[in-house]
Amino acid sequence: MTRTMIRYAPLLILAALWEALTRLGIVPRSLLPPVSDVFAAFVGMLRDGSLLSNAAESFGRGAAGLAAAVLIGFLLGAGMALRPRFHAVIGPLVQAFYPLPKTALVPLVMIWFGLGDIGKIVLIFLGCLLPVTLGTYNGVRGVDRVLVWSARSLGARPREVVLEVMLPAALPQILTGLRTATAFAFLLMVASELIIANNGLGYLIGSLGDNGAYPAMYAAIFTVIALGFCADQAFAALSAHLLRWRA
Amino acid sequence: MSCEAIGARLPGQARPSVPWAWLQGAGLRASGVIAVLAIWAVVGQLGLVRPFLLPPLPAVVAQLGGDLASGGFAISAATTLYRALVGFALACAIGIPVGIMISRHRLVGWFVTPIVSVGFPTPTLAFLPIFMLWFGVFDLSKIVMTAFSTVFTVIAAADAGTRGVERHLVWSAQSLGARRREIFLEVMLPAAMPQILTGLQVALPLALIVEVAAEMLMGGDGLGGRMLQAENYADSVGVYAGIVEIAAVGAVAVALMARLRYRLLRWHAEAAER
Repeated sequence: MTRTMIRYAPLLILAALWEALTRLGIVPRSLLPPVSDVFAAFVGMLRDGSLLSNAAESFGRGAAGLAAAVLIGFLLGAGMALRPRFHAVIGPLVQAFYPLPKTALVPLVMIWFGLGDIGKIVLIFLGCLLPVTLGTYNGVRGVDRVLVWSARSLGARPREVVLEVMLPAALPQILTGLRTATAFAFLLMVASELIIANNGLGYLIGSLGDNGAYPAMYAAIFTVIALGFCADQAFAALSAHLLRWRA
Repeated sequence: MSCEAIGARLPGQARPSVPWAWLQGAGLRASGVIAVLAIWAVVGQLGLVRPFLLPPLPAVVAQLGGDLASGGFAISAATTLYRALVGFALACAIGIPVGIMISRHRLVGWFVTPIVSVGFPTPTLAFLPIFMLWFGVFDLSKIVMTAFSTVFTVIAAADAGTRGVERHLVWSAQSLGARRREIFLEVMLPAAMPQILTGLQVALPLALIVEVAAEMLMGGDGLGGRMLQAENYADSVGVYAGIVEIAAVGAVAVALMARLRYRLLRWHAEAAER
């Protein structure tokens, strides 16, 4: 407990500095509302439910897009690593799609799917697809051949080789790809909701900013940050648990 | 997560020396891309999808040609690249020294580490309204946004790089009488270089992603700003052409970064593998 306190003390120091700067009038309140005001706005938004309902909308979109990307990306990556012909056909497409800044797709998904949920889910799916695909591809491709040969010589069937040898051996890289994908899901969720939406956390931030409700806007922004941080920490804990068999 | 690994060659297969086999491989590799373009052209010709959703391929190509000829593409690309690269350079100028200091100075490490661990997974675009409030809607806020979005990646990479330097290298240099400064400049920094460059290779595409989104949100021309204009005028040809243009800029940026890595790491074992 004390160790966690010491570890995160710098954040408290920053918050205290922020409060002092604004209370003493060194930084004008129109640019930076005091932390205490932001916290009050946060509590108010929790009470009236606007924070939770918008967070639920955002979470649903992010989870749906990410889940689809994990499923398809895993299949694509594993297919590319295990089937050279499939790799030869799909590889160049992946290579062409890889450097595209995915936010460029926002207008395209708007044309195709309108302003509702589906467009945002598709955008998040497309943005998260490649990190998962490349993580799986590099992971499966990097599996030590000797492990596969040993399993085969011990009579393992192809299914067993994939599920019990290749998957665990590729897991670290797959998880790295997933972690990147999770961060991308948050980024694209906020970007698409900021650009155009009528609910969700990104929309909440944008509309509060447009109305000049800055303490509430800061509260919404820090809620997004806290959610991103919690997701990342939960993910790190999950990876540590899944990889506990490693030395 | 390098994309060079998804190279043109089949895994486990050396460069084929027989022309026929090479042709076959090339055909297979091109087939995916050709199939996508062919489906696009055929669907457009047959009118299976409304042209608003999928404008005919020739129209998009014509628009691209027009943008190239009129210089519109050059101006937007230069605007976007200027903002993205200045932001990226700022992130490097701040992030690399800070990342290196994390493991070398305990106080810096204690102070910066939690900030980075919160900032790293944050969807930093959420800060855009704050930066608009502070720095206005012109170039400065976009540059700050890009720098802020990429700096955590750079710090994390520089930290991991210096932390991972083999002790033996440092000890050897020490026992040969190298001074602290020399050890840092001639041992630590080169040894950490591969990881730092990996971080930059992640950060540069991120800079473009954020820059394009920022232009869509704030306007102010650039590739993203022009695409959102096209969207607002329901000009789907412009949207498709915009995606191709942004993709081209992204591809060039990624390729140049890989080239830079190869140049800087000429002495490193990984350069010999190519």
